[in-house]
Amino acid sequence: MSRKKKDEIIYDHNNDGIDRRGFLKCMAWAGTGAFCVIQGGVLNSYALSRMPQTNEKDTMGELSFVQISDSHMGFNKAANPDVAATLKVAVDKINALPTPPEFMLHTGDISHLSKPEEFDTVDQILKGAKPTDVFYVPGEHDALNDDGKQFLKRYGKGSKGAGWYSFDKKGVHFIGLVNVMNLKAGGLGTLGHDQLEWLEDDVKHLTSSTPIVVFAHIPLWSVYPEWGWGTDDSAQALAYLKKFGSVTVLNGHIHQTLQKVEGKVTFHTAASTAFPQPQPGKADSPGPMKVPADQLRSVLGITDVGYVQGRHALAVVDSTLA
Amino acid sequence: MKRSVFVLVALTLLAIGLVASVEGRGGFALSSQDKASMTEVKIDNFSFGPAALTVGVGSSVTWINRDDIPHTVVSTDDAKTFKSKVLDTDEKFSFTFTKAGTFPYFCSIHPKMTGKVIVQ
Repeated sequence: MSRKKKDEIIYDHNNDGIDRRGFLKCMAWAGTGAFCVIQGGVLNSYALSRMPQTNEKDTMGELSFVQISDSHMGFNKAANPDVAATLKVAVDKINALPTPPEFMLHTGDISHLSKPEEFDTVDQILKGAKPTDVFYVPGEHDALNDDGKQFLKRYGKGSKGAGWYSFDKKGVHFIGLVNVMNLKAGGLGTLGHDQLEWLEDDVKHLTSSTPIVVFAHIPLWSVYPEWGWGTDDSAQALAYLKKFGSVTVLNGHIHQTLQKVEGKVTFHTAASTAFPQPQPGKADSPGPMKVPADQLRSVLGITDVGYVQGRHALAVVDSTLA
Repeated sequence: MKRSVFVLVALTLLAIGLVASVEGRGGFALSSQDKASMTEVKIDNFSFGPAALTVGVGSSVTWINRDDIPHTVVSTDDAKTFKSKVLDTDEKFSFTFTKAGTFPYFCSIHPKMTGKVIVQ
């Protein structure tokens, strides 16, 4: 597998590890899917269409898992009148992966209106997936009217506070964070003091060579604050993760795939299984984007993440539902 | 002479009556239109319209969600003077303002959406 030399950063005005052309290129991935390998903080990416030419060993590590996001069960407007059908397609895609993933992460907005029957439908559909374990964090649509009580009852067993927790799988430390509660007028996503304190304590005992995967609903980097696509106190959370050599941050919320590398941290947002949203600033508002029915599944997707033990590399693969 | 005075008086009265009637109708139409448009806030395209609304004490304000995404209407103060349930498309929420003051509010799902009601 060769690195794509042409993707090297030429102009990095913000010193954030990504140039404008690179960013626009990331944007172009939206809906088409991308395959990424992180090695010692360096990210190599390939269009999904190039996957057949890549060495399979690099995507088949000792640990692989799948991220799905933004199912919005209950949504029935023009942008996608059948979100159950597209979630089922996502499950079919997961079941067809050459290496069965060990578990699934759902990065929130499971339901559209926090209705019990919406959660029930998602649970029923996900039972059809080969991986039996699903780890959830809530989206703002999962905590309507009851401050997330129902979410906690259904998915928050063993979690702290509003539903944050961590677990270890084959040497990788996974951290599920909640940034959709107690949102303040005019603000962005919020982690809050209690959760930040917990996070500091949670990673204190870990060696710096432990690969870290953080997952939360709203992006933990400023994608587009004008539309609320960011988290006010994410810098504090990332400061606690500075000592680690490999940090991958997986988010949902913006219904499109975007990536960014900042030092040793790679940020990644997953596509929705329900409906696409416009690229940052490319519309009057972040409302659902209507695409022709025959193109809908090409802008929805799942994310497959593989981990190769010993090399501290994570591979993120986006797959569309088309 | 007497007749012409009578005609003049009659014409004057008629004129006053006409003016009064036009004013009355015009005034009535204006106030009813104002009342209807100024006590409703439309939620569309991830924004409140109008973002700043001025009403009299005792007015009831109705928010209606015309967006294809759910929103909420929650007052910003700690006491949460008013707080709607989640409003799906075409659902409404009303609140009667009994005290004068400025009441900022936001959508608790999309906190970048803010507005205020000024009660005079």
